[in-house]
Amino acid sequence: MATIYIDGRPYEIEEGQNLLQACLGLGFEVPYFCWHPALNSVGACRQCAVKRFKDEKDERGEIVMACMTPADEGTRISIDDPEAKEFRAAVIEWLMVNHPHDCPVCDEGGECHLQDMTVMTGHNYREYRFEKRTHRNQDLGPFINHEMNRCIQCYRCVRFYHNYAGGRDLNVFGCHDHVYFGRQQPGTLENEFSGNLVEICPTGVFTDKTEKRHFTRKWDLQTAPSVCMHCSLGCNTLPGERYGRLRRIRNRYHHEINGYFLCDRGRYGYEFVNCERRIREPLRRNGHTLQPVSWEMLRPQVAACLADSSRIVGIGSPRASLEANFALRTLVGPDRFCGGMSAGDDRLVTAALRILQQGPARLPSLNDVRRADAVLVLGEDVADTAPLLALALRQLIHRKAARVAQRVKLPRWNDAGIREVVQNEKEMLFIATPHSTRLDDAALKTWRAAPDDLIRLGFAVAAALNPQAPAVTNLPAEIGSLADEIARTLGGAERPLVVSGTGCGSEALLQAAANVAWALCAQGSPAQICFALPECNSMGTALMEAQSLKEVVDAVQSGRADTVIILENDLYRRADAAAVNALFEAAQHVIVIDHLTTATGDRAELILPAATFAEASGTVVNNEGRAQRFYRVFAPAGEVRESWRWMQKMMTAAGNTAAAGWQKLDDVVAALAEALPLFDPILLAAPPAEFRQMGSKIPRQSHRYSGRTAMLADISVHEPKPPEDVDSPLAFSMEGYDGQPPADLIQRFWAPGWNSVQALNKFQAEIGGPLRGGDPGRRLIEPALDAEITYFKKIPSARPADGEWILVAVHHIFGAEELSMATAGVAERAPRPYVALNADDAAELGTAAGEEVEVRWNSRRHRLPVRLMPSLPRRVAGMPVGLPGWPGLNLPAGARIFRGDDHD
Amino acid sequence: MDHLKNPLTANIRPGKPPFSLKEYEQAGGYQAVRKALHSLTPGEVTAMVKASNLRGRGGAGFPTGQKWSFIPMGADAIRPKYLVVNADEMEPAAFKDRMLLEGNPHQLIEGIIVAGYAIQADIAYIFLRREYTLPAKRLKTAIAEAYAGHYLGQNILESDFSLQLYLHESAGRYICGEETALLNSLEGRRAAPRAKPPFPPVVGLWGKPTTPNNVETISNVPHIVNHGAAWFKGLSHSPDGGTKIYGVSGRVKRPGAWELPMGTTLREILEEQAGGMREGFKLRGVIPGGGSTDFLMEEHLDLKMDFDGPKQGGSRLGTGTIVVLDDQTCPVGLVHNLMQFFARESCGWCTPCREGLSWTARILAAIESGQGQSEDFARLQKHTRLLGPGHTFCALAPGAMEPLQSALKYFEEDFNRHIREKRCPWR
Amino acid sequence: MLTTEEKKEIEAEFPHYEQKRAVCVEALKIVQRHRGWVSDEALLAVAEFLEMTPAELDAVATFYNLIFRKPVGKHVILVCDSVSCWIMGYERVLGHLKARLGIDLGETTGDGLFTLLPIVCLGACDQAPAMMIDEELYGNLNPAKIDEILASYS
Repeated sequence: MATIYIDGRPYEIEEGQNLLQACLGLGFEVPYFCWHPALNSVGACRQCAVKRFKDEKDERGEIVMACMTPADEGTRISIDDPEAKEFRAAVIEWLMVNHPHDCPVCDEGGECHLQDMTVMTGHNYREYRFEKRTHRNQDLGPFINHEMNRCIQCYRCVRFYHNYAGGRDLNVFGCHDHVYFGRQQPGTLENEFSGNLVEICPTGVFTDKTEKRHFTRKWDLQTAPSVCMHCSLGCNTLPGERYGRLRRIRNRYHHEINGYFLCDRGRYGYEFVNCERRIREPLRRNGHTLQPVSWEMLRPQVAACLADSSRIVGIGSPRASLEANFALRTLVGPDRFCGGMSAGDDRLVTAALRILQQGPARLPSLNDVRRADAVLVLGEDVADTAPLLALALRQLIHRKAARVAQRVKLPRWNDAGIREVVQNEKEMLFIATPHSTRLDDAALKTWRAAPDDLIRLGFAVAAALNPQAPAVTNLPAEIGSLADEIARTLGGAERPLVVSGTGCGSEALLQAAANVAWALCAQGSPAQICFALPECNSMGTALMEAQSLKEVVDAVQSGRADTVIILENDLYRRADAAAVNALFEAAQHVIVIDHLTTATGDRAELILPAATFAEASGTVVNNEGRAQRFYRVFAPAGEVRESWRWMQKMMTAAGNTAAAGWQKLDDVVAALAEALPLFDPILLAAPPAEFRQMGSKIPRQSHRYSGRTAMLADISVHEPKPPEDVDSPLAFSMEGYDGQPPADLIQRFWAPGWNSVQALNKFQAEIGGPLRGGDPGRRLIEPALDAEITYFKKIPSARPADGEWILVAVHHIFGAEELSMATAGVAERAPRPYVALNADDAAELGTAAGEEVEVRWNSRRHRLPVRLMPSLPRRVAGMPVGLPGWPGLNLPAGARIFRGDDHD
Repeated sequence: MDHLKNPLTANIRPGKPPFSLKEYEQAGGYQAVRKALHSLTPGEVTAMVKASNLRGRGGAGFPTGQKWSFIPMGADAIRPKYLVVNADEMEPAAFKDRMLLEGNPHQLIEGIIVAGYAIQADIAYIFLRREYTLPAKRLKTAIAEAYAGHYLGQNILESDFSLQLYLHESAGRYICGEETALLNSLEGRRAAPRAKPPFPPVVGLWGKPTTPNNVETISNVPHIVNHGAAWFKGLSHSPDGGTKIYGVSGRVKRPGAWELPMGTTLREILEEQAGGMREGFKLRGVIPGGGSTDFLMEEHLDLKMDFDGPKQGGSRLGTGTIVVLDDQTCPVGLVHNLMQFFARESCGWCTPCREGLSWTARILAAIESGQGQSEDFARLQKHTRLLGPGHTFCALAPGAMEPLQSALKYFEEDFNRHIREKRCPWR
Repeated sequence: MLTTEEKKEIEAEFPHYEQKRAVCVEALKIVQRHRGWVSDEALLAVAEFLEMTPAELDAVATFYNLIFRKPVGKHVILVCDSVSCWIMGYERVLGHLKARLGIDLGETTGDGLFTLLPIVCLGACDQAPAMMIDEELYGNLNPAKIDEILASYS
């Protein structure tokens, strides 16, 4: 701790900070632009000027930049000093010299950091009377809008894009007062974290292009705390709605998970909530068409279907909430409920879960990942399957920076200085995958191999670390020495981490990763292991002790069941079309509950309109085993209803009283925790619905929300009662507790004078640290840290040199995930099915990029266009998975590839 | 010319090619290299330079020996270590380094080798401004000769000391002359300056220990080693050691550059060396040390032009190249010209320089063309107050404010006339 | 595509620097020496050769005023507009050049012979007013001298 003096009074602060962090942390209003808690200080904008005094006697002092000045013991400053105030106001005036003053037409208005800082400094009169410089804007793709005239040259965009996110196509051009931030040529920004520019940019230069199409001012949005549904990491989000349409997704800070940033799939994948494929009322099949029908009309039919409860099976979903899945389980009974994952995913997620549960390796949060100092990524293309995990791995450089900073006595926050010392040195990151990944440039070493060889490498690393771990026979010398190098590096680290996942499709790969982590634990290291999983609630469904999809399908096919209820799941993504078709043939009744029309819905007898994550509250469990509550943002129109409430309605209709007592979400949660005690912690994952702050609910709408009468005046001028939310302490209203809610219920980041995302500073106990009161969610898995180690022993043999092709899965951040594909900008960036080959293989096959070849695997055959992927090993081919109509199941698989006009 | 009184220019033959290696050696060249490598330790060389009171000739005047002592020495020091010679002379009205580069490149090279030895550098660069094409040609020839003569490269003169020397030419931009911006430019980056700390001796080129030094500074080093610190101090008229290349431009009879004792008075330089004002012109004031120094007036002409003297008149020695403002040149126009230069040369990194300089240039343009407003004077003054050292990221903007603030002080009536009469009285 | 000669000249610079990237300014100047200016196509070729992205390289190229990212004439005239030259007659020099060549600053003559650009202090202040054409420095300019100098270029 150190004592500093601000305007004459002493304050105790944590050591190692700069003055800006210290002042903001203490609640002082010091304006700034270029500093950012995740990007640290560069001292460019000069906005954070304060007066520093040598000692008590010094009356003159000198102006210093708070962000570049260490808050050392005894530092004396004045924020209120008239010269400092004058200078800060002048900085705004200088920024206004070229600023277009177009707030009324600027998307940023109302949550603009420049506006806030202008007001804070008190500057209000422009003396500049000359011409302003102007720029031409660029089309940067479907996600980001570009308006360069508003730029205040804080350089945050390029520092985030390049230094933090590793992007290389956005940069700064020009000189003096004609500096330009953009691409070298117009075009879609390549980096998958580009959307964060929208929040990083303190003005309206970079704004959300998707939001622009249905624009709403921040103060007019209805918002609630939510969780991203587009991968297994569970990043926290703040969706915003108005007029029944979801308008945008913004980041919701979570210290342990996403921190300040989201990936573009999470930020922009929300349009499925608004798209025309939405099912908004119950539908009943009539021949080839589905016709809208009211629930009242459907009721008897449903009752009849569900009359014999022993003949109903339920297929849940890894993209549906725990409560929805549990409600289905309650309806059909535990023996007839499956989690809805594909056979492959089920096996893998279960295996991953067991490895995590049994210990002794620790289970890291993303924040722990950022603080690891040596990492092996085995087999998983995290940049595509768990993008924020890849972003966290990029920040390993801070480990090196910390060591370097000590050596040259530089403060940790001196961003440019530290980067100058670290140069291009790589942190200790090893990536071993079948093909190149966008994270490769951050790695010390990368290695490309077929899945079996990756597995063998993993086992070899474990054996090199610990002789108790099984050794790998017939290991070529160079792989052996790579394994030794990785073992040495991880073994010598303080916080080593092994990352793998289900993306490769191999259980043995997970086992190899486990062996490595356990071998490290065996030598006393606090090793960590984490897995990327397929979907937002894969972990949740895996924890529910569900049956497998096969068992449930068999029950129908064998005639033991005749009614299938499918929850938020397109079965054609889970199993081969033939098997799914057979299931639908065999079933007498198919009831589907989902948000969007899908191929499965096309086979349904009845479809009930499920609420999306934005229209329902619920709980999902991320890959870390953290149960997190997402809250309804708005009450949907029409008959859209939470899936669990549909289950309850169906049970009631069928005379099943199991869910009779479920009045609100908490009741479902309690029932779940009782039925499956492992879920006990989720009772604490969110406050109960009765929670009130100072006797009031937490308002979803800001205190400036406008038009609540006008927006419905065409229907009725009598303002209706706002919808009631019995499921949570949040209200669909402006009225309620006006101050900072507890961390679990933060529905927007706003504070007096801080209308932009920078208001987040006020919600953290310490700038850049956890939210006040602790970040939301509860972990359901705590590995047994002193567990006895039983190494996995089954090691695949080496791949024969002239063996058949191996077809591996290629995951695309844009394309592999179902819901986000409804966003036009995501779909346009997704590929069509292809087969990727190494250039030598293509030449040998006599084919070239763009030409078609025939690929046969798992008794399927397809003609696919060739894509060249130079990083693939010989005789390894890649195929995209998860695309619409192209799930890519049961990979890796042996394959045969023929040139277009060849056949065997 | 006596090489003991005018060491820097004794071997410069105006209008003729510079000494070849052979000629330079015959005139006593590279003796300092022999002396340093064969009979002095690096520490001893640094001590000599410290004792000589040689101060940086690039404008900042930092004691050179002290600067060298910041470089980590010993077997544990991070390598490679770099010596960078700042030959990016772009300060308006500065032309003294050009004279040394064109006139005696071997002198600079010798100084580089000795300085490199003192800090045990591995690699030295001469960062030369692109427009200095004749210096580039001559330096390339001289460097090749020095390599051939075993004064550069591995094991120089069969000693343990090795030094590679590379000529690096810039691509424009005044800000490259700022020592940390220069490092960024050398690294192939945009030449925005770096924050200090860290300082170049700790974190320099590619994060390695680096000493940047000016051409004139380094050119003095062989002579100090040859003749000693006491001799060097004795050359000067002031506590600051050595000689100084002074220059004069503007409407004087003999514009030019001359090597004189450090501390020669302003009057002597103007009247004796430059011959005083041209027929029909009167002196109104001078900018004594290149474009970023304050005006000095008639009453200051007897100040010594060392690092201290001009301060007493509220100015600085800077580069020691003097611009003369005559009575038929508009002071507002002159200051406008300077502000245009600084505004255009701002790197664009920090707000006050990027926006403030451009604004002052536009105000001055308005005043000069008769469109000034009465509040403009106060607006300009506010800028001179706010664009001070520490307020901006580097010294470019504070330097730009120096001629402006002194012009507002000394030529206030001229500014007011422009504003009142809505025209430039000099046109 | 870079020519063999250009590649050779750029490669010769690599050993001088700790990192390849440091060569990028010189690489641009080498290409500019051969081609007169750096087109987008040339920029891409240099970027690829140095393993930089086009954005990274253009960020550097557009910072420096002597890297020409627009076509220039056969000869580039750099007329000094700094303080000493300004005192000693820059405006007259510029006026004469503009009249003689029929172009303004930043423009190229119709016959493609000359491009006229401003330049900062050339360090030739005792020969003010001064200008450079390509690699040559010309001082103590007056209209007659300028005419003579221009005539010597073709």
